[in-house]
Amino acid sequence: MQWETVIGLEVHVQLSTQSKLFSGSSIQFGAEPNTQANIFDLALPGTLPVLNEEALKMAVRFGLAIGAEIGMRSVFDRKNYFYPDLPKGYQVSQLDFPTVGKGSLSIELEDGTEKTIGVTRAHMEEDAGKSLHEDFQGASGIDLNRAGTPLLEIVSEPDLRSAEEAVAYLKKLHSIIRYLDISDGNMAQGSMRCDANVSIRPAGESELGTRTETKNINSFKFVEKAINHEVQRQQEVLEDGGRIVQETRLYDSDRDETRSMRSKEVANDYRYFPEPDLLPVVIDESFVNAIRETLPELPDAKRVRFVEEYKLSDYDAGVLVTSRELAEYYEAVVARCGDAKLSANWVSVELQGLLNKNDWEISASPIQAERLGDLIARIIDNTISGKIAKTVFEAMLEDASSVDSIIESKGLKQVTDSGAIEKLVDEVIANNPEQVEQYRAGKEKVFGFFVGQAMKASKGKANPAQLNDLLKEKLK
Amino acid sequence: MALDKSEVEKIAHLARLHIDTEEAEEVAGRITDILALIDQMQSIDTATTEPLAHPLDVVQRLRADEVTEANHRDELQEIAPSAQEGLYLVPRVIE
Amino acid sequence: MIERTVAEISTALASGDISSVELTQAYLHRIEQYNTDLNAFITVCEESALEQAKAADKSRSDGDCKPLLGVPLAHKDIFCTKGVTTTCGSRMLQNFVPPYDATVVEKFNAAGVVTLGKTNMDEFAMGSSNETSFFGVVKNPWDTARVPGGSSGGSAAAVAADLCAMATGTDTGGSIRQPAAFCGVTGFKPSYGRVSRWGMVAFASSLDQAGSICKSAEDAAMMLNAMAGLDEKDSTSIDKATVDYTATLNDSLEGLKIGIPIQHFAEGLSAEVEQNILDALKVYESLGATIKEIDLPNNHLSVSAYYVIAPAEASANLSRYDGVRYGYRCAEPVDLEDMYKRSRSEGFGEEVKRRIMVGTYALSAGFYDAYYRKAQKIRRLIRNDFLAAFKEVDIILGPTSPHTAFELGAKSDPVAMYLEDIYTIAVNLAGLPGISIPAGTVNGLPVGLQLVGEDFAEAKVFNAAHQFQKNTDWHRNKPDLTGMES
Repeated sequence: MQWETVIGLEVHVQLSTQSKLFSGSSIQFGAEPNTQANIFDLALPGTLPVLNEEALKMAVRFGLAIGAEIGMRSVFDRKNYFYPDLPKGYQVSQLDFPTVGKGSLSIELEDGTEKTIGVTRAHMEEDAGKSLHEDFQGASGIDLNRAGTPLLEIVSEPDLRSAEEAVAYLKKLHSIIRYLDISDGNMAQGSMRCDANVSIRPAGESELGTRTETKNINSFKFVEKAINHEVQRQQEVLEDGGRIVQETRLYDSDRDETRSMRSKEVANDYRYFPEPDLLPVVIDESFVNAIRETLPELPDAKRVRFVEEYKLSDYDAGVLVTSRELAEYYEAVVARCGDAKLSANWVSVELQGLLNKNDWEISASPIQAERLGDLIARIIDNTISGKIAKTVFEAMLEDASSVDSIIESKGLKQVTDSGAIEKLVDEVIANNPEQVEQYRAGKEKVFGFFVGQAMKASKGKANPAQLNDLLKEKLK
Repeated sequence: MALDKSEVEKIAHLARLHIDTEEAEEVAGRITDILALIDQMQSIDTATTEPLAHPLDVVQRLRADEVTEANHRDELQEIAPSAQEGLYLVPRVIE
Repeated sequence: MIERTVAEISTALASGDISSVELTQAYLHRIEQYNTDLNAFITVCEESALEQAKAADKSRSDGDCKPLLGVPLAHKDIFCTKGVTTTCGSRMLQNFVPPYDATVVEKFNAAGVVTLGKTNMDEFAMGSSNETSFFGVVKNPWDTARVPGGSSGGSAAAVAADLCAMATGTDTGGSIRQPAAFCGVTGFKPSYGRVSRWGMVAFASSLDQAGSICKSAEDAAMMLNAMAGLDEKDSTSIDKATVDYTATLNDSLEGLKIGIPIQHFAEGLSAEVEQNILDALKVYESLGATIKEIDLPNNHLSVSAYYVIAPAEASANLSRYDGVRYGYRCAEPVDLEDMYKRSRSEGFGEEVKRRIMVGTYALSAGFYDAYYRKAQKIRRLIRNDFLAAFKEVDIILGPTSPHTAFELGAKSDPVAMYLEDIYTIAVNLAGLPGISIPAGTVNGLPVGLQLVGEDFAEAKVFNAAHQFQKNTDWHRNKPDLTGMES
């Protein structure tokens, strides 16, 4: 039977504020356990929450970026459940009146077509602490540093039809939050976490199948694997005549499987009700407009502009806008050297290759945009060839001096003196009479041989165009 | 609305309270009496009334995003029933 | 001196007639004499009180003349006090020593008061008789076979027996006004949001409000001057200018329009209490006030709505007591669930558990609309009733409680106990300021008169109460403590 997969993602994004959602504790990653948990975070009696303005602005910023309805009046609710990493015994979240309502974003499918994915809502809530299960004589240790970190939970519509689409959506989301500078999106550190609601149904069926929720997916790769695994499992169950149980499952990346979370099986009744320690959050047009004015150009718009302004192919533009930093780097290179196409090649091939190889972030690139621009400028003005430029590029990793002084000190400057080139050409012709004869007899392929020999003799520094012209003339 | 023993047990579990089987009957009776008092609310129609969460019609104040808290872990863990190596200890959490 | 009002003590301290140390010693002595019987205090801070008194005397000699400087006070044991055990009347917090002060405590410290100790209360403020305290019942100084009212029963008994000059309290459904009425003292609850809730152990967040129990309306005004104001740490604290609440105490009541809710003089009200209230009305008429009947048509639903909202909020507010970070943890839990359930069941008393159960039920799946949402709607109707009434009158007057203090153990049925607060609960639901002042006695037991004002009309409430106290001396009545000394 043909099955259709239906996926909706719930993505938790930690907002990159300085302090927690409702307290003045730091949210810095990696601190010693419980050193960033104050009396409110520990839910000591009588302590009360006050909302972090920046977290609210970041949520609105996200809403505007995906064209969502902004909740001009949002309300926090208590979601009640007991867990040792949840100090108050309830999580403050938003149920009926989230800060961000319906919006959407577009993803690109493998065949190059665009698909719009609906975002149902994005609500603000507190993160929980962590339970550490290393053995303390049969006990678990609780670290509440993370408790109260501001989260934006972004809930998609069940619009995704494959694991690949889910990954594309997640990557797009990642790109947007990074563009907006509202989260570092670091999945390994848990600043972006994904739960996948997965169901399958016979192709052509309009009713949704029973879904499972797979939690704890912490990399793009695992999203794909976890969903594929879950789809496979559901197919096997259904094809064996079984039924899918609506449940929460945990993805185990070590074993590449999902398994039922028995501890959460007891039907949870979260008893949501409006958080009485907080008042309705009311914002006005001017609050929203002030945020709108600070919105950066987002990847889709930037891509269109790159195609128009720099005459790049849609594909190249797409590669360059995947991250705000990369796009900014690219534009700085263009501004320096003036050649958009050449810059695009250098940034997306040489530079990206270097970064990928070393697993560097672009912000940590040893070669600044200005220096790369200078290098390309020397190709444009014929100081060096494109090939030699790669040698210079390598040298720039070790040598922090200017591009020009590297070219100078390594003697890589292109030979453009026609007298010198003529001398080389004459020598090559004189030393290879056999090939000259072949060429003159009409075997034009031999021309490449002469170019190679002459280039070799110049140690690669001869200006290729000049060399070609002279060779052609002399071989006539 | 009358509550039976099994409902009492369900609610007690949600609230993480332990109720002895012998107690459950009495508790169910008490709560049923309270629910009868509460159910007097149903005597009037509130279809067109907006709920009131706070007596005053005021809105949330916002806090500047600043770290104002220092580390007081040692002092705070002095009052903890069980803590070790900076962590609060609880019976093993099973997932 | 110890029987005097705060205003009088303040004058005596200022003139040098008495020092704060002498006064503090006198109260500590009296606590020693009578607390064994009354059980009004859970904790007495003898040493630190004397230190504070010394410091106050020193400040005064250095020229400090803050009105409450050196005046001995007791805090209800619901306010967190840095370094001093704060139990909230519960086994759960029996050994809880907060590393912080409640804003109310901070403000009184800044005003220079001397803190004598922490007063007994119903567990987590859930009760109307002070019988639910883990630390034992408080006895009414007027008759030790009777309850002092609750939940601020310790504060009310302490003030009535002159174990302190003034005390703090909290009022969620009548927890300041009703014990004040039962103990023959003045009890004041400000408008919701007027006083910070930071550091005050939460019962029902949208109803809880800190206030005062003392010997006169003037004292309550002086206390509010110290307590009131915006607190950035409490989102529900109101950003609204405070005034000097003592400034208008002596304004004339000529032309004051007093509203009498017909619902507060209906079935259930004791005839003797009613007579006292009617007598009080005559006093007001003689002062130039006019009396008008008003209708609060939804008042009869206030107890029902309250017993959804308060338990629902409490059920969540009390989830933090899980034995993990502080507070009571059961011995040798076998697993996590056992730790939760036994810690909470052993740490909480019956009434607290009952209310957590009711609140949990009211919020559970399928019941939200019928209970919580419905109760919030009724809350609006109740508030609207008051708003409509205040278009016609300046102040609302009635009995604080249907009768005088009842005997210990008399109300074993929870529902009967809940109905004790029939005249006070609606005021919390509406968030209004209210005061209970002594207005007579029935068989030697005090009767409380309740005055309710508009939002933030605290000064008006004090003015009306003060004028009554200037023209009567019910608030000067003292219980006879003979035979109680230990």
